[in-house]
Amino acid sequence: MSNAEARLEMLTRINRAVAGVQAPALPTYPQGERLERGALLHQFQDRIEDYRASFMRVPVADVAGAVASALAGAKRVLIPTGLNPDFLPAGLELLRDDPPLSHAGLDGAEAVVTGCAVAISETGTIILDHAPDQGRRALTLIPDLHICIIRAEQVVQSVLEGVQLVEASVQAGQPLTWISGGSATSDIELVRVEGVHGPRRLCVVVVEQIPAH
Amino acid sequence: MSGLHPSKPFPEAARDKVNQPQLRANLRKVTHTIREKRLRAVGELPHWEELRLLGEATKDASLANLSDRLLQLEASVKARGGQVHWARDAAEAREIVVRIAQAHQVDELIKVKSITSDEIELNATLQERGIHAIETDLAELIVQLSHDTPSHILVPAIHRNRAEIQALFNRELPGEGGLSDSPAELAGAARRYLRHKFLTTKMAVSGVNFAVAETGTVCVVESEGNGRMCLTLPEVLVSIMGIEKVLERWEDLSVFMELLPRSSTAERMNPYTSFWSGVTPGDGPQEFHLILLDNGRTEVLADATGRQTLRCIRCSACLNVCPVYERTGGHAYGSVYPGPIGAILTPQLLGMQDKNANTLPGASSLCGACFDACPVRINIPQVLIYLRGEVTAEKGVTAEALAMKTVGYAMSSGWRFEGALKLARVGQGPLVKGGEITSLPGLLGGWTQSRDLKTLPPQSFREWWKERERDSE
Ligand code: SF4
Repeated sequence: MSNAEARLEMLTRINRAVAGVQAPALPTYPQGERLERGALLHQFQDRIEDYRASFMRVPVADVAGAVASALAGAKRVLIPTGLNPDFLPAGLELLRDDPPLSHAGLDGAEAVVTGCAVAISETGTIILDHAPDQGRRALTLIPDLHICIIRAEQVVQSVLEGVQLVEASVQAGQPLTWISGGSATSDIELVRVEGVHGPRRLCVVVVEQIPAH
Repeated sequence: MSGLHPSKPFPEAARDKVNQPQLRANLRKVTHTIREKRLRAVGELPHWEELRLLGEATKDASLANLSDRLLQLEASVKARGGQVHWARDAAEAREIVVRIAQAHQVDELIKVKSITSDEIELNATLQERGIHAIETDLAELIVQLSHDTPSHILVPAIHRNRAEIQALFNRELPGEGGLSDSPAELAGAARRYLRHKFLTTKMAVSGVNFAVAETGTVCVVESEGNGRMCLTLPEVLVSIMGIEKVLERWEDLSVFMELLPRSSTAERMNPYTSFWSGVTPGDGPQEFHLILLDNGRTEVLADATGRQTLRCIRCSACLNVCPVYERTGGHAYGSVYPGPIGAILTPQLLGMQDKNANTLPGASSLCGACFDACPVRINIPQVLIYLRGEVTAEKGVTAEALAMKTVGYAMSSGWRFEGALKLARVGQGPLVKGGEITSLPGLLGGWTQSRDLKTLPPQSFREWWKERERDSE
């Protein structure tokens, strides 16, 4: 196998190509105007709804009720091992990923309920770092409905802040999934179709006043 | 058309295309729709120009130290349990994929849309070796089932209308037959067909949008979720990246996650982005291969003017603003890289001796719109003029003749004069000495051999008039 040979030759070509080329200094990262907390959460709501995902903002005592209404009758619900059980309404058939479910097993779930790592208001983006309250990547991929519970203080304004906040997870080797609305395509005559392969519906529940733990 | 190599000179290919009214209507609709949406998405960020400058500098910094960056990437991917392969050319990259597939005895694999894999003509080679590659992006699936080739970087099947897709799916997708022409119903049929493949296929191939040297993190940006499916469910994942996709630090990704979606689909953010570093125990593919592809890129890197082409993040913004692309469509460029970026990237990757590719720098009105739209500030008009000069040197053919022929096929007249002036202003920067231009390369070279040219005023009369009218409204 010529991998070592190819490697050496490519590196040689590169070094010859950029000999004497100086890297430019990076300008500082531009940031938009800072929003107040309330305005920031409104911006987040506006962006989420713009993606045609649904949005609820509730006090912590009402989370289970909000999840129940978001489920809209779906019964077989997948939950990651680290999700707070208080967030779930009674009467569900819970599918836990422990031991890990097969692909076919995951495909049997109607919905999945997770937390998240960080959310970005300017772009309406939710970042999962697949910690125990979010589960491995396949959990939020296969069911048709994803309900994501976000603590209000997890919402930051800019992409840069979001990227900085998940750096530790990345350094620890965790994968990340960024989600901005439900899956969509505009491949046929530019007509937007919601939901091709990922979850067709996304529901965001922002929780206020979670006591620190 | 297949891979990078155009089979005809551009003027000839373009002549066939401009006479197809349906194609032109589709193209006009897509380019104008995305173009207008993009202006809105970009206008929302008052610091857009500063973001572009940062994007430009970040890419340039990475390219200036490219060998260090690639070695660092290799080390961090390996440290996380991934394997790294180096491929000097398309054939080497294809062999690596085939070998991995054979080692796992697969006769079918799933793919995420990847222009790099189209560039190396991977699917045809896999097919010859008895391995069927299934495209999972809706548009790529349409293109594949109709034995066609993509015509746009972002919306590869934009030259097809819904009736054609309806007939295609009713004929080709197993178990379908009575589909209407509703886009939602057609997308639903693709979902049914592909879901089973996602859940059961053992191996996947993807491209790469960005890779971070410091952390070994690879990134794929998409909309439909087919990317997440391919990157998460199979046991074995092979990702192919051009060597220019590497960034140094994790934080460097941030600026591109702002620039790319707004420039590309004109969204604040694309629906899904996946990041992974090597192998994560218990989550996703447990075998990961990263292929680093040269295939002419180091030649581009060696050219001081052409080097900026490697900043490209494949957003397709330049296609959607290009009057030539709008009239000819992507197929006229004869390569997987269409539009303004294709007009400079294809001939550089293939070398200016390629007699069809070297007509591509003529595929432009030199209006400068592509430079204004480009999120990483690639000065496409400057590179076009420079490459036209190279062609003249290579072939002894006059660049003017080539350019004018192209313009003749593809252009209407009104704005042409204005566009040429605007370009001349963009292109003249480095040439001005003491308020006079003493020599111009390529297209305009003939003018300045015998006389010096006055530098152009910052605004043409027609532009001034338009602005005046706007102001008085
Ligand atoms: S050249 Fe610039 S505008 Fe065109 S695809 Fe590349 S990054 Fe986008």
